[in-house]
Amino acid sequence: MAVVREITFAQALNEALDYEMSKDPKVVVMGEDVGLYGGIYGVTAGLYEKYGPERVRDTPIAESGFIGTAVGAAATGLLRPVVELMFIDFLGVAFDQLYNQAGKMRYMFGGKAKISMVLRTTCGAGFSAAAQHSQSLHALFSHVPGLKVVMPSTPYDAKGLLISSIEDDDPVIFIEHKGLYAIKGEVPEEPYSIPLGEADVKREGKEVTIVATAAMVHKSLEVAEKLEKEGISVEVVDPRSIVPLDVDTILNSIKKTGKLVVVDEGYPRASFASDIAALAVSKAFDSLKAPVKIVTPPATPVPFSPALESEWIPSAEKIEKAVREVL
Amino acid sequence: MPVEEIPKETLLWMYETMVRIRVHEERVAELFAQGKIPGFVHLYVGEEAVAVGVMANLRKEDYITSTHRGHGHYIAKGGDIKASMAELFGKKTGSGKGKGGSMHIADLDVGELGANGIVGGGIPHAVGAGLGIKLNGLDRVAVAFFGDGASNQQNFHEGINLAAIWKLPVVFVCENNQYQISLSYEKQQAIKSVAERGKAYGIPGVSVDGQDVLAVYEVAKEAIERARRGEGPTLIEAKTYRFRGHFEGDPQVYRSKEEVEWWKKNKDPIKLFEKKLLDKGIATKEELDAIWEKARKEIEEAVNFAEESPWPSKEEVVEDVFSTPTKGVLVWQW
Ligand SMILES: Cc1ncc(C[n+]2csc(CCOP(=O)(O)OP(=O)(O)O)c2C)c(N)n1
Ligand SMILES: [Mg+2]
Repeated sequence: MAVVREITFAQALNEALDYEMSKDPKVVVMGEDVGLYGGIYGVTAGLYEKYGPERVRDTPIAESGFIGTAVGAAATGLLRPVVELMFIDFLGVAFDQLYNQAGKMRYMFGGKAKISMVLRTTCGAGFSAAAQHSQSLHALFSHVPGLKVVMPSTPYDAKGLLISSIEDDDPVIFIEHKGLYAIKGEVPEEPYSIPLGEADVKREGKEVTIVATAAMVHKSLEVAEKLEKEGISVEVVDPRSIVPLDVDTILNSIKKTGKLVVVDEGYPRASFASDIAALAVSKAFDSLKAPVKIVTPPATPVPFSPALESEWIPSAEKIEKAVREVL
Repeated sequence: MPVEEIPKETLLWMYETMVRIRVHEERVAELFAQGKIPGFVHLYVGEEAVAVGVMANLRKEDYITSTHRGHGHYIAKGGDIKASMAELFGKKTGSGKGKGGSMHIADLDVGELGANGIVGGGIPHAVGAGLGIKLNGLDRVAVAFFGDGASNQQNFHEGINLAAIWKLPVVFVCENNQYQISLSYEKQQAIKSVAERGKAYGIPGVSVDGQDVLAVYEVAKEAIERARRGEGPTLIEAKTYRFRGHFEGDPQVYRSKEEVEWWKKNKDPIKLFEKKLLDKGIATKEELDAIWEKARKEIEEAVNFAEESPWPSKEEVVEDVFSTPTKGVLVWQW
């Protein structure tokens, strides 16, 4: 009988890493403080003790160097690296290795390279970590070709999607919202995988579709629950992966409800939210009964003060207001 | 290194490979001028001894990473010349099915992990290959080729540091051709030799005359053997010179004709080596001429192959982005 327990998002990720490392000796974990320290979020805890310093490698602060090392190791087929980038904000010092190298090698080499690697990184505001430690930059990764981009919202999804990502033969950017690490949810003890490109309808509804990612899924669910008491039926769709995108599930929901609110913690322009809005108007225009509403932070850096940051992050109130406006 | 200590077979391989690169590059220059090769190309004429002196110590299963000036590395590592020529033309039969071009030629089957359009971009890939070798307990090495300009890039510093702390079987070969496009070496860095930077990372740094294939061979041999023994990386600086412009069509305002002529006349790696082979009686003029003849024939066959090959079809634009198919939309098209 399958054992299902309540564990945290971080523990679920840890189980996925442990499972993959136990199964495949090519899987190695690399990053800053991922060894003895277990990662600053504790996601790699215990792996160093279990698999040793060769396979759980602490790196110097050389993000381009160690991400590039992972790319090269993957290109040889000798390893399947899983790299931790402490904050997605640090991407700037290493982006080339992801978008120009990992993401393009297969294409440039005529389909001969396989870059089987995962970059695990963290996003999200809400901790007064200010402008360089709080961003949600998934749109940058989904803008460029060749990278798969995964963003789980629950412990269950986190485990199944990380297993799929590590077993996938393409570079996968696996984005973990810092605000989710401590949330608990039911997770089977057994390993299982969730296919990339399969959205999950987190809550069924009839009148409005909310498409939301990561932490915003939970805020949207909160709003949906509140509105249900008033008899308003809201559907919440979590795409789970941005690339590939489960277009069918999103469009089917929009066709059903005729109303769309997109909620995302990324910046507003050239964003995930505007991408989904464009999808709706170009592929489901006839079904739309109201203008598409977008709820994102403003186009400013993330502020430090709790008083400002709480205004910056999309709140349940703002989501609720958007839903009421399209009703 | 005295020629007497090197097997004749290796010496002739070195000569032949330098000649093949030279013939290839000069033919590519012509084809480019005729408008048959699109985009832009960076040629390796004058620098042949570096790739060849290093590669004479490598086996098929060893790895290299290359640069925008990569044809010489590719040829010396044993890459398929028909496939690379077709790639230069943008044909379907190219190494990258016409999707990469000169700056992105690779032959993974012979451990050539790719040229690179980003200066310094490939250096950490060699480190990654080295890590893979070490963790799998393989008897292999990885060599990163890069220019003097690239030695100011983060990937140079970060890559060497990683290989040094992890004692990886990687050799870093800086092809110091004394220019970063127009910026001369002494305007790029305040040290006499890039090799001095080895010290900063706790690894040996050696400078060598990159026009003397046997000198390169000897230095590379030691570094590669050291790497194979598990003693960690070495930084080699090969002082060399590119005989042609940075890319084809470069007006070369930053250097004098006299300077270029001096190098061609006095420091042509092929002429220097040819003299040595003849003087020592290792090969006859006829044998060496036959090598040129064979190389010309080989390159001509590659050119014919490329010219006769079909263009890629329109559908191929969206192919080869990802390896593992998934649900949902993976390669977006509006
Ligand atoms: C990151 C990056 N910066 C700049 C360029 C443009 N660029 C191409 S080659 C080159 C000079 C490189 O010099 P060097 O490393 O010495 O190699 P060489 O061309 O002399 O062989 C420059 C600046 C680039 N391709 N990538
Ligand atoms: Mg140079």
